[in-house]
Amino acid sequence: MDPRPSVIVRRLAGIRRILAVSGGKGGIGKSSVASVLALILSRKGYRVGLLDLDLAGPSTHMILGVPATPPIEDKGLIPPEFAGLRFMSVIYFTGDHPTAFRGSDISNAVTEILAITLWNALDFLIMDMPPGLGDTTLDVIRLVRRMEYLIVTVPSAIAAQVAKKELSLLRQLHVPVVGFIENMSRNIRVRSPFSPDLECIVPYLGVIPYDTTLEVALGDADRLIETDFSRHLERAVPAIEASNCLSSLRL
Amino acid sequence: MHEWALAESIAITVRKEAFQHNLKRIARVNLQIGELQQIDLEVFGFALESVLQSQDWGIELETVVVETVRSALQCRNCGHRWLYNDGASGLEEKQTEAIHFLPEAAHAYLKCPACGSPDFAILQGRGVWIESIEGEG
Repeated sequence: MDPRPSVIVRRLAGIRRILAVSGGKGGIGKSSVASVLALILSRKGYRVGLLDLDLAGPSTHMILGVPATPPIEDKGLIPPEFAGLRFMSVIYFTGDHPTAFRGSDISNAVTEILAITLWNALDFLIMDMPPGLGDTTLDVIRLVRRMEYLIVTVPSAIAAQVAKKELSLLRQLHVPVVGFIENMSRNIRVRSPFSPDLECIVPYLGVIPYDTTLEVALGDADRLIETDFSRHLERAVPAIEASNCLSSLRL
Repeated sequence: MHEWALAESIAITVRKEAFQHNLKRIARVNLQIGELQQIDLEVFGFALESVLQSQDWGIELETVVVETVRSALQCRNCGHRWLYNDGASGLEEKQTEAIHFLPEAAHAYLKCPACGSPDFAILQGRGVWIESIEGEG
């Protein structure tokens, strides 16, 4: 038997809430939402960790401008602190090299990262999930028993369809969902035609405009928090804080 | 994998199995560790002793036998097979340390010695496996 999963429960025991930011499609702003949400929660006084689980294309370190300072080794790996966040990513091990991971590699890497990272006490651990419903999603759901999902989508029939598929999978796996956020909206005063369809399944948490200033703020946590993107995302935070998914919103 | 994480995971798993099978004394745990994990057995032994002493585990664990499983890698492009140590000699220290913590990092630093492809399979020599637990109630 593989003993590694047994230690993961202990590693996550001091974390109050574990929130996976997902959405199925690539390029819809999951990593930006995960990174800036982590910043917002941290600035509200919460103890926050950010774990980038997009093993093939990690990007949260670039979004936030996390320096290359490696984790400290002490009976495990202590995530470096940056902008008030404890941060962990595969980039600490693979650098900027491309990684040809396949299924079992991903399962092993997710298990290993969860087993060796010492988060200690946190109010929120935000996980930035990769696109798709593949190995990482299934492994995280299998290994991290008490987690909640936050779904990101964009005003597009394709993205909404993929989000619905993910919600259906999460329902089958009995994973609670906090709600969904619509990102990259061209007109935040008009709900997208796809939004009500998703709202029948999970709560609607808000809309984020397509923010052209986000690109120039990348790599600078202080500038990111001042963007329209951040201000609109912050409006969804009270609902996230108030939700008690694990008991009341279980699908 | 980090030696301390390995030690903790072994202690937790053995305790769980001992409880499920009503074992009070564990005479022997047979453990297989992949070469890619690059576990320092001295550090692991110290970590396991410390973990067992730090909490009241309620079990006696006498012997842990570790078998290191040699690595075997195979290129998915040309089919060439090689050993980790054959390709690891040119790695920098920080790269081998990264592979110690996360063996899949080998995919970032190793390439097929025959064709240069980074697309290879780790056939054996990664991961940790408890082969058997021997004890009595």
